[in-house]
Amino acid sequence: MEQKNNSLLVYTIFYFLFLYIPVLFLPLFSFNDSNYMSFPLSGFTFRHYEDMWSKTPVFRALWVSVKVGVIASVVSTVIALMAAKAFTKYKFIGSRVSYAAVLLPFLIPEIILAVSLIVIWLSLGFKLGLVPVTIGHILFCTPFCMLILVSRIEGFDSSLEEASRDLGENAWGTFWKVSFPLYLPGIIASLLLGFIISFDEFILAFFLSGSDPTLPMYMWNQLRFIKKLPHVLALGAIIIVATTFVVLLAYWLMNLGQAKEKDFKI
Amino acid sequence: MNEKYIEVRNISKHFGKVKAVDDISIEIKEGEFFSLLGPSGCGKTTLLRLLAGFEYPTKGDLLIDGIDVTALPPNKRPTNMVFQNYAIFPHINVVKNIQFGLRKLGLTKAENDQRVEEVLSLVKLEGYEERYSNQLSGGQRQRVALARALVRRPKVLLLDEPLGALDKKLRDEMQLELRNLQKSIGITFVFVTHDQEEAISMSDRVAVMNEGKIQQLSQPNELYKNPNNIFVSDFIGETNFLNGKTNEKHGDKIDVAIESLGNFKVDNRLNISANTSDIVCSIRPEAMMISREVQSDWDISLPASIKQTSYYGEMTRFYVEVKGIDQVLTVSSQHFDNQSFQTGECFVSIGLEDIALLEKK
Amino acid sequence: MWRYINKLYARSDNVKAYTLLTPALIFFFCVMLTPMLLTIAFSFFTQINMNEIDYSFTTDRYVEFFNKPLLTSLLFKSVKISFIVTFVTLLTAYPVAYYIAFYVKKNKTLWLILMSLPFWTSYLLRIFSWKIILGTKGVINSGLITLGLISEPLTFIMYSQTAVVITLSHAWAAFALLPLYVSLDKIDYSLIEASRDLGNSRLETFWRVTFPLSLPGVIGAILIIFIPTVGDYVTPQMVGGVDGRMLSYMIQSYFGKVNNIPMGAVSAVIMLAAVASITMIVSYATKKLTQRVA
Repeated sequence: MEQKNNSLLVYTIFYFLFLYIPVLFLPLFSFNDSNYMSFPLSGFTFRHYEDMWSKTPVFRALWVSVKVGVIASVVSTVIALMAAKAFTKYKFIGSRVSYAAVLLPFLIPEIILAVSLIVIWLSLGFKLGLVPVTIGHILFCTPFCMLILVSRIEGFDSSLEEASRDLGENAWGTFWKVSFPLYLPGIIASLLLGFIISFDEFILAFFLSGSDPTLPMYMWNQLRFIKKLPHVLALGAIIIVATTFVVLLAYWLMNLGQAKEKDFKI
Repeated sequence: MNEKYIEVRNISKHFGKVKAVDDISIEIKEGEFFSLLGPSGCGKTTLLRLLAGFEYPTKGDLLIDGIDVTALPPNKRPTNMVFQNYAIFPHINVVKNIQFGLRKLGLTKAENDQRVEEVLSLVKLEGYEERYSNQLSGGQRQRVALARALVRRPKVLLLDEPLGALDKKLRDEMQLELRNLQKSIGITFVFVTHDQEEAISMSDRVAVMNEGKIQQLSQPNELYKNPNNIFVSDFIGETNFLNGKTNEKHGDKIDVAIESLGNFKVDNRLNISANTSDIVCSIRPEAMMISREVQSDWDISLPASIKQTSYYGEMTRFYVEVKGIDQVLTVSSQHFDNQSFQTGECFVSIGLEDIALLEKK
Repeated sequence: MWRYINKLYARSDNVKAYTLLTPALIFFFCVMLTPMLLTIAFSFFTQINMNEIDYSFTTDRYVEFFNKPLLTSLLFKSVKISFIVTFVTLLTAYPVAYYIAFYVKKNKTLWLILMSLPFWTSYLLRIFSWKIILGTKGVINSGLITLGLISEPLTFIMYSQTAVVITLSHAWAAFALLPLYVSLDKIDYSLIEASRDLGNSRLETFWRVTFPLSLPGVIGAILIIFIPTVGDYVTPQMVGGVDGRMLSYMIQSYFGKVNNIPMGAVSAVIMLAAVASITMIVSYATKKLTQRVA
């Protein structure tokens, strides 16, 4: 292991400042007593938050996003858990191809996923709305959930499950009594992060949702109007804080019970 | 021959509060097969890495062939290393691994090719040129690592437990091969190992290390026959320890009272002073004799009973309880098969010349 | 019969694995593969009017695409911008990943969280923050005016390709850091020591050993940055203006107000084909190049 490298350290610190500072302007200006996001700052205020609080479309959009996010994260986690189990437990023909297939949505421009879904949905004669959005989100969240769950499951000794079978439990009982409790932190992390991805997702919702906007779409629509920007800042600041909290919680869960650092991968 | 080919002068290496190497001085001769032997964490690998230049000493100086290399980076030193896990570059094939370090030597293409060819035949790897690391067995990787280091014709070859990952039979073969190789090319080898048999069977001289210090530096047979302290005596081979204290001195002999056994006059090689209370007598298992009858022509013959025996093929090991002392001794013998001599009463006989007197610390 | 099936099931890992994979694969076929194949099919159809499509096979839409300078220039610009973004992101993130992989010993988890946290914060808001920074009345301009360094706002930064490049490089940083870090962290440190021991300086060691061994991470990062950014819609719309407009803008219009689904499908298919082929070429070239260096 190398000893020290101060110039690299300085560079790294500057890089992280570059990474983090831009996002911090949102909360900063959300408390600024002005309708413009510019210097000099003109005083502290909560009025953008009050403004946001008084707008009912915000809450309607929030409810839509929560509904879609919960369904998408639960369904993706179930699909991903089964897939993760298959990839970690069995050596089978076509495993690499199947693995690539599950991860593929992550590697394709989102706009193309969105466009393809429009094409099939309209061809089948359905109307755009929250159903295709949710389906799209499940497709998009599954690769992430699977990576989280694979890293959790890989960390465990399969002999625990073998011991359970050896002691007379059947496969189903072993899953509920041994595997599930062990995977639980990973499963919760997958639910949380799946929810976050769906909650923040914009493109699929933008193309597929029709008239029912999700929260990111609501924000997008407001961005066109300069006067309405400040309450979007307030909303954005809240979303960033809440997201960070949930993600840190998920990280904590992912590392729970396994001290090894290498398990900390997404 | 240069007697001071490598000079380690009062070298210390501290990692925070840990003194991995604590004020060590060694001189290694040109062409010598020199081993650093000790348990894990004793500082032997750190000392080797100091020689290679991967670590720089906290204190002290390092000279190789009269040149101070203390502050030189590894790529400027006349040493090459065979790594414990071999460190074969996985992204290039065998021949490119071997050529890896040649680029800087400024050789012509013909010289280059000749060296590679020579070294390949030296380590018997002809025909494996195009293979990659993951297509080689452990023994072959070891040979590639050796070839890659030797092709640069270093003044000193450093080997960090190179045989540790091999199975026993292959290890024995490689020990012999490595020893012959070293004799034929005449390069100085510094060899790190925790395996005392390996060190003893291969080396010209061995430095036994513990807790960052050298416990004893001598030829292998000396280490075995005349250990300087309890650590060396215990670490090299098997032995039995009996507590006692010294009484009067008689020239190079001294009177010892061994606990519950009585008084004996034994060699005082380490010149331990009279009336020292904390003394240990070390007796090797194979120096003792086990028999059914008392052996009156031996200096000491004690009644005992056999607790357990284990059969090892070339010898049998007996665990016996000597009457009057609350201690189980290990006695090994080549003359018994375990069928007829397994339990019951017996006598354990010891010659006074086989008792090594050591000071407890 | 049942016992026979049961025995077959117990014996075959393949059957068990695919049983578990069924939902994932059904989803893949129904929601991903079939829609994409259908999109490719649509690229060979013709839009007659708002609600009618002629389903007879034709390659006219492809001809049309390449005959419209607007479309080809947008495609070219999309690829160019993504290319620059990928390069800049990799180049700037590599030293950071290197530092964390080889120099950080304590609190590695903390650094890992720092690396990956931006990955999870809302993409839209991350882009939006750059609008605040680069805008005509944004952080940079108002800051510089307040400091008295300039009197008129700088207009060349916002609504340009440069703005798109800066914003995307920031937004995708985590996607470069993580794969680079993972591949660097995997490198057995004794390989680097062996290279030094064999006479190479630090820089030579980097080019001959460290970099080639980190290639999986480099190629991984190229894949997950280049491919999605070519199709990015949010960033060019938010900070790109007319100059920074990319092909995604036209795809959106064809599916939206223009309502020409076959033409939109053609654009999407060409975009996908372009990224797929370019990614393969770049990965292959990178690999070949480093083999020569090593």
